Amino acid sequence: MTNPAKSRICHFGESFKILTSHLKRFQMANFNLKVNGQSYSVDVMPDTPLLWVLRDSLGLTGTKFGCGIAQCGACTVHLNGTAIRSCTLPVSAVGNKDVVTIEGLSETGNHPVQQAWIEEDVAQCGYCQAGQIMTAAALLTKTPAPTDAQIDAAMSGHICRCGTYKRIRKAVHLAAKKGGKS
Amino acid sequence: MSQSTNVSRRFFLKTSAVTGGGLLLGFHVMGKNPENLQLADPAIFEPNAFVKISPEGLITIMAPNPEVGQGVKTSLPMLVAEELDVEWEKVNVEQAPLDTNKYKRQVAGGSGSTPNSWDSFRKAGASARYMLLSAAASKWGVNMEHCRTENGMVIHEATGKKLSYGELAADAATVKPPDEVTLKNPRHYKIIGTRIRNVDSPKIVTGKVAFGIDTRRPGMLYAMVARPPAFGKKLASFDDTKAREVPGVKNVVRVGDKVAVLATTTWEAKKGREALILNWEDDGKLESTSDHQTAMSGFIQNTSAKPVRTDGDVEAAFSSAKKVLEATFEAPWLPHAPLEPMNFFADVREDRAELFGPSQAPERAWQDVAEALQLPKDKVTIGLSPRMGGGFGRRLMSDFMTEAALISKAAASPVLVIWTREDDMQGGHYRPTGMYRYRAAIDKFGRFSAWHLIASAANQDNAARENNFPAGAIPNFRVDSHRLQSKITIGPWRAPVHNFIAYTEETFLDEIAQELGKDPVEFRLELLDQAERNDFGKKIYNPRRFKAVMQKAADMAQWGKNQGVNGIYKGFGAHYSFNTYVAQVAEVSVQDGKIRVHKVHCAVDCGRLMNPLGAEQQIEGGIMDGLGHALYGELTFENGTVKQKNFNAYKMMRINDAPEIDVQFIESTEHPQGLGEPGLPPIGAALSNAIYAATGKRLRKQPFALAIKELDKI
Repeated sequence: MTNPAKSRICHFGESFKILTSHLKRFQMANFNLKVNGQSYSVDVMPDTPLLWVLRDSLGLTGTKFGCGIAQCGACTVHLNGTAIRSCTLPVSAVGNKDVVTIEGLSETGNHPVQQAWIEEDVAQCGYCQAGQIMTAAALLTKTPAPTDAQIDAAMSGHICRCGTYKRIRKAVHLAAKKGGKS
Repeated sequence: MSQSTNVSRRFFLKTSAVTGGGLLLGFHVMGKNPENLQLADPAIFEPNAFVKISPEGLITIMAPNPEVGQGVKTSLPMLVAEELDVEWEKVNVEQAPLDTNKYKRQVAGGSGSTPNSWDSFRKAGASARYMLLSAAASKWGVNMEHCRTENGMVIHEATGKKLSYGELAADAATVKPPDEVTLKNPRHYKIIGTRIRNVDSPKIVTGKVAFGIDTRRPGMLYAMVARPPAFGKKLASFDDTKAREVPGVKNVVRVGDKVAVLATTTWEAKKGREALILNWEDDGKLESTSDHQTAMSGFIQNTSAKPVRTDGDVEAAFSSAKKVLEATFEAPWLPHAPLEPMNFFADVREDRAELFGPSQAPERAWQDVAEALQLPKDKVTIGLSPRMGGGFGRRLMSDFMTEAALISKAAASPVLVIWTREDDMQGGHYRPTGMYRYRAAIDKFGRFSAWHLIASAANQDNAARENNFPAGAIPNFRVDSHRLQSKITIGPWRAPVHNFIAYTEETFLDEIAQELGKDPVEFRLELLDQAERNDFGKKIYNPRRFKAVMQKAADMAQWGKNQGVNGIYKGFGAHYSFNTYVAQVAEVSVQDGKIRVHKVHCAVDCGRLMNPLGAEQQIEGGIMDGLGHALYGELTFENGTVKQKNFNAYKMMRINDAPEIDVQFIESTEHPQGLGEPGLPPIGAALSNAIYAATGKRLRKQPFALAIKELDKI
């Protein structure tokens, strides 16, 4: 979608630019999103992080809010197959890329990573685990049989406040044995 | 309808009879809502507050205790299922709301759910089973004693006739509940003592389980709240003109010194909050960490007006000592930082209020919310979210619940108040900062003869746990404590006081052992022998059980062998808290000032194990939590404001720091204990003692990652 405000900026100079950018911050806009294979249309402010669009506009609450600054990983989703932090990704930057959330990782909850998480009994409170699972699933797509060091490197962007790290490591190995990406 | 009412009332009376037998305390016949009587489904067998069996055979077991990740939603229903004699895989577990008529102690705190539920939950299951057996026996016209139960069926031994619990549900509902029940012999347990996985796991891994923050109700608005930016500031005035212009913002309300912005999405509420113009004014002194340190350093030079504990004659022992050792330890403030930020749903109407969300202590909050709203308690309901994204003690407070209630009332709207991480870090109720000054006397015979601790902590009358080992193991023992008055609010933080004091006690014990030329483990074992042989005053621990975990941990870690091999050093720490004995050995290396924990060996005596898998998890989690905070945790204040506002400035343990952990339990038939807390305290000591072994440096304050660098500079 072209941005009429932007094209005007060129004509009216700096002071108007500040004014329009202020207005723009608070303007609603329409976005078409592809989430878990379904198309959605939402009217939100363009700087709204994808996280809040998923949670509040689309009702997909499996993706969690933890820090809002891409430090804890609770909000991790896949964007064209890559694990990203949805809490700092403005909806305006999503475009037509495929978004996959924990609800869409598998049809019946039988993704090898999900199965491994259950078998190793990883979760304590469970709040961070959707994000952990999304990163683990993306890791196994690229690295089907990761070493401990590779797991640590890929998963170190996540915080598990309950300290389930030992079981996360085991579960990633188990998921790899199960065939990784289902 | 009348028939249904009658049948239902019968159910309730039965429940009462169960209670009357002393099985379920705190359960009254008629709740505060007699209309419930009409709501009960007559076809469902509901012998008590814990069990529901439908004619279709659906077996539901209620989980009344709040689930914060400590595993009680799995382990406590296991007790009911065991005595009910059903297959665990077929049980449906449901989170109960706060209901003081039906349940007692709906609290996630003090590692208390397990010891307090062990008897009552099993009896609830056994009572229901008795009624099912009795129903089957009368149906068949046989003696009940000739029937048995197995996997949700009643079986008549002689004829092999079988009826499922579902088929018996309607008849069982007419059976008089037993006054007393016989519980299973533990030898016949099929569920208790087996490794049962988290009951919510399938929903957790698919994102389907609702945490408090996922609460969605018709007409609900999301709220973000501007709270005072510092302890010691209050709201002078505010202008919400710009905030109200933000799309989606529906309302702005002031509640005390806070301003809430309500909108149709969380982001809009946040943007609205950012657009508020807020004028804060000072309300007393704005405290800084340095103020606390100066004050506590002064306090610990002198004894308090009254000692917290005193055995023997400490003064005489110190004045005649051959040698006196001394050490002072400093504890930083810590936030709880549960990963699910504070949130709560409130729908307050003129004459009633409904709250729903994550609370560790809903009963206490119920009282607080009712008072804040000036409503009678029976007009306020508190529902519990199916899970909570951690608590660590923060959710034992009710501030975030009364706040949500008052906002809903002021805005006349159902509201879900969501805190950002920054709000949470600045939100108070922290683990208090503290200082601990120890002195130990070595007498002329070279014996450890006296121990004196002077403690101080923010807003705590008693900053110590005065009965901790080595209390009871030496003749002269004294503990003093001073309260540092602060505007910064405190709250219970996983294993309150124990979470830091264990590190100080156990580090100082290692120093004494070193002075005496003794092995740290041998030294502790000798002290426990002394404790067993003598009466030096109050002794809260069992020396033999304590010794057993120490010996086991030492064995697991091959204590005394391989010290320093590959640059890895071992350190020991042990602690008794919440009726559980824990000993740990940490294997640590220090290179270029970087501390790395390779492995932790841990031995635990928590009595009988209900769910060994869940027990292991709790100990592992406690160790990780204790390690992470000992290494990195520190909240500092400047003029009443926290400096570490989010996880970019407040470092949490991550997977690349996580050691291997081996946990082993002492086999026991003692009363089972809760494990949410006791795994945490010893690890700071095991870590600091290992760092000493590796570097020759005694770290006297946490966080260690910082303390070791400060020592390097000296």
